[in-house]
Amino acid sequence: MTDSRDRRAKTEISFTVNGEPRKVHAYPMERLLDVLRQQLQLTGAKEGCGEGECGSCSVLMDGVLVNSCLVPVLQAEGASVVTIEGLAAGERLHFLQEAFLECGGAQCGICTPGMILASTHLLNGNPKPTMEEIREGLSGNLCRCTGYSQIVEAVAEAARRRTAS
Amino acid sequence: MNSEHIVGKSVPRKEGRDKVTGRSQYVDDMVLPNMLFGATVRSQIPRGRINKITFGPEIAWNEFVIVSAKDIPGKNCIALIGDDQPCLANEFVNHPEEPILLLAHPDRHLLPKAVEAVSIEYDALPAIFTIEESARRAEIVWGEDNIFKTYLIEKGEVDGVWEEADYIVEGEYTTGAQEQLYIENNGMIAAFDAQGITVWGSLQCPYYIHKALMALCGLPAEKVRVVQMETGGAFGGKEEYPSMIAGHAALLAMKSCKPVKIIYDRMEDMAATTKRHPSRTRHRTAVTRDGKILGGEIDFTIDGGAYATLSSVVLSRGVIHAGGPYYWPSVRIRAKALATNAPPHGAFRGFGAPQSLFAMERHMDRIAQAVGLSPIEIRRRNFLQPGQTTTTEQVVREPIHLGNLLDRALEASDYHSKKKSFANHNQSGATPKGMGIAAFLHGAGFTGSGERYLSSVVGVEGCADGSVRVLVSSTEFGQGTKTVLSQIAAEALSLPYENVSMAQPDTLEVPNSGPTVASRTVMVVGKLVQSAALGIRQTLISSNLLRETYTAEEFRTACQNYVAAHGQFRSWSRYEAPSDIFWDDQKYRGDAYAAFAWAVYIAEVTVDLTTYSVSVDDFVALQEVGKVLHPLLARGQIIGGVAQAIGFGLYEKVVWQNGRMQNNQMTNYIMPTSSDLPPIRVFFEELGNVYGAYGAKGIGELPMDGPAPAILNAVEDALGVRFDSIPLLPEDIMDGLNSHGAAASSQRGDHGLGSAGGVP
Repeated sequence: MTDSRDRRAKTEISFTVNGEPRKVHAYPMERLLDVLRQQLQLTGAKEGCGEGECGSCSVLMDGVLVNSCLVPVLQAEGASVVTIEGLAAGERLHFLQEAFLECGGAQCGICTPGMILASTHLLNGNPKPTMEEIREGLSGNLCRCTGYSQIVEAVAEAARRRTAS
Repeated sequence: MNSEHIVGKSVPRKEGRDKVTGRSQYVDDMVLPNMLFGATVRSQIPRGRINKITFGPEIAWNEFVIVSAKDIPGKNCIALIGDDQPCLANEFVNHPEEPILLLAHPDRHLLPKAVEAVSIEYDALPAIFTIEESARRAEIVWGEDNIFKTYLIEKGEVDGVWEEADYIVEGEYTTGAQEQLYIENNGMIAAFDAQGITVWGSLQCPYYIHKALMALCGLPAEKVRVVQMETGGAFGGKEEYPSMIAGHAALLAMKSCKPVKIIYDRMEDMAATTKRHPSRTRHRTAVTRDGKILGGEIDFTIDGGAYATLSSVVLSRGVIHAGGPYYWPSVRIRAKALATNAPPHGAFRGFGAPQSLFAMERHMDRIAQAVGLSPIEIRRRNFLQPGQTTTTEQVVREPIHLGNLLDRALEASDYHSKKKSFANHNQSGATPKGMGIAAFLHGAGFTGSGERYLSSVVGVEGCADGSVRVLVSSTEFGQGTKTVLSQIAAEALSLPYENVSMAQPDTLEVPNSGPTVASRTVMVVGKLVQSAALGIRQTLISSNLLRETYTAEEFRTACQNYVAAHGQFRSWSRYEAPSDIFWDDQKYRGDAYAAFAWAVYIAEVTVDLTTYSVSVDDFVALQEVGKVLHPLLARGQIIGGVAQAIGFGLYEKVVWQNGRMQNNQMTNYIMPTSSDLPPIRVFFEELGNVYGAYGAKGIGELPMDGPAPAILNAVEDALGVRFDSIPLLPEDIMDGLNSHGAAASSQRGDHGLGSAGGVP
């Protein structure tokens, strides 16, 4: 092989993904996104730009929203990672997933996993955001289909329902 | 019998659950055993002859599959209309990023280095990059004269109108390239075996690719199979270019006898694939003292890039929409698509109409100023009325009342009181505000004879389990194709929505119901789904398996019994042109579209004179699109289109250097984020349409047409300074204000630029 990355340079990295302990062999600087998608077959996180601009690879790492295309997998050692696959409880959708469905928050669906995780993060820190705060809070996640209104409405509706219940 | 209507209801999106849970399978989510990864070696220069290709010593080339033009088993072209675009450049390159070689390897990480290690020597040839250079034939880069296509529309006696005119108003308007910027980059997987070639990909038009692969691979129809994966946005950007990527993946798969996946990264996708055609439109209009248009000349030119691809069709839609929703007693419209040495420009939502309508709607404000009327009044006095004819002499048979649409939009936007309060507000301060209007139309379906040629076929199947399945090549990429076509079938069969499913678009499974473009899916394909569904029902009734009225359970049993007795149960429906629609391809005259959607949009803006940035504070989008079959999806289409069009007007600038996009990253090509956009307020009028399924017309492209001119009209209203080019960036506003300031001080007493352009 002409690969300059020596295979022996791969290292073992342990972290929790969607509540389950996982162990992977990966190059330390491999992108968390690639490890999730290629090794763990968690393809819900998408690559939109590869430079942290679009947010479609967003996942939660120890409760913090990160662009997994910018995170070297080594940095995930010992962390708890949540991907879109970890939100629904079996067939029961997460309340944000329900709201996105009902309010038209998902069109082509490619930004949706990242957008829903960003919304989760937003509501964790601010359970009753104003429309402005939602727009600001989601501005790191790009969507080309919806013009955002129905996403913002979905988050507002989800927040309303959760605080009402 | 299900008495409740399903069309008109916001039923759950068919594939929505998979999308919100991340389960949807996009092409990059799919893995085949022993799959290789492919990459493309592209031209580094705009135009020249390929002299020598050298493979650098640092790469173990024996591990790679390498494909060049000489490996192509069939014809080296992307079969589309003119077949002038090679799949791989052989001797000459005509634009930067033109594909020359293909590489494949099992480790995707090795490909970028390998691509870099291929060096190509060229004999450079002179290249041209602008409409102006192409028009004056600074260099002939395509055919005899750089001209891909011209059209001429003539109505009435234009040469006679200038003498009668009280005002002759002239203007020139330009629009830039725009990147579709679907969030899922282009990608394809190809596999080759004894059955032939199969491709899975992110795409809009399975049968375009099917046709292209037959020609390229030299295979008969039954040996080519195209499957659409979930597609993460398209907007026209996945109409024609996927044929290129499918061709590349297929060539690598045929040579290696292994599956090959090609996924573009963002930089490659932005640099190499199609964009909206840059345009230049010139208007010269004869107007009476009371603001009536007597006639005019419109010159509409688009930059097609290096190959003809779809430019002739984009030009056609652009030229037909160039006169806007107005009555022209006389008009002469000349249109031209020209070649340059940029990557070919292509399909993008609106397809030529956003360019020509931008010019028309800016020009209406200019006419208003020349005559001394308001933007409202000038439009009202010239709106097309039922019974009048369009520029192609199509009689308006729809009972549309554009004046009423305008009134409703003015009320919704609180136009008059805002204008009044802005007049006060703008007396002082660094944040002038303005209001702008755009009125427009958008034809649904293929232009002219297009639908006749397409001759689309749709199938509906009664399945063995008694459920119903719709068989179409129409693709879902966010608009809601699966949902709305299921609604239509369910409505036609009086069945619950849940009992209808959609076949995956797979050319082995579904007939050619035409491409998913041109706002045609709901209106044209939907109508065929309706009639194919009725065929299922009729067959069951005439076989005495079902009564005229029935429950869903009775239908299920009847369907099961039919399949048990007769086997596969499918009903087909083929497009037949309505008998009252005529189009003359030679004279470019007649019924250009079976139906138009109509709209009035109003933008409210603030210009910050410290940063020169424009913010859109409120946006009213009012349209008549026939019957709205799914209110939530329809509203989503309009808001999304308006957002994309705000980007077109204010943010999205493709920076070119020698035909190559310089800012091919999301970091420096700026599309609107959630915090950049106002709440976009959507209103519908529903007049119905006899040609569409349950009265529907097209909707997808319409919202792309109006926002840019409405916003620029509002900017002029705020500043009193005219801008006629988009995108309009802060630096353009700064330059415009500076040169206006200089002009104003040398021409004291001139009030704004309001009177310029009006020649008494």
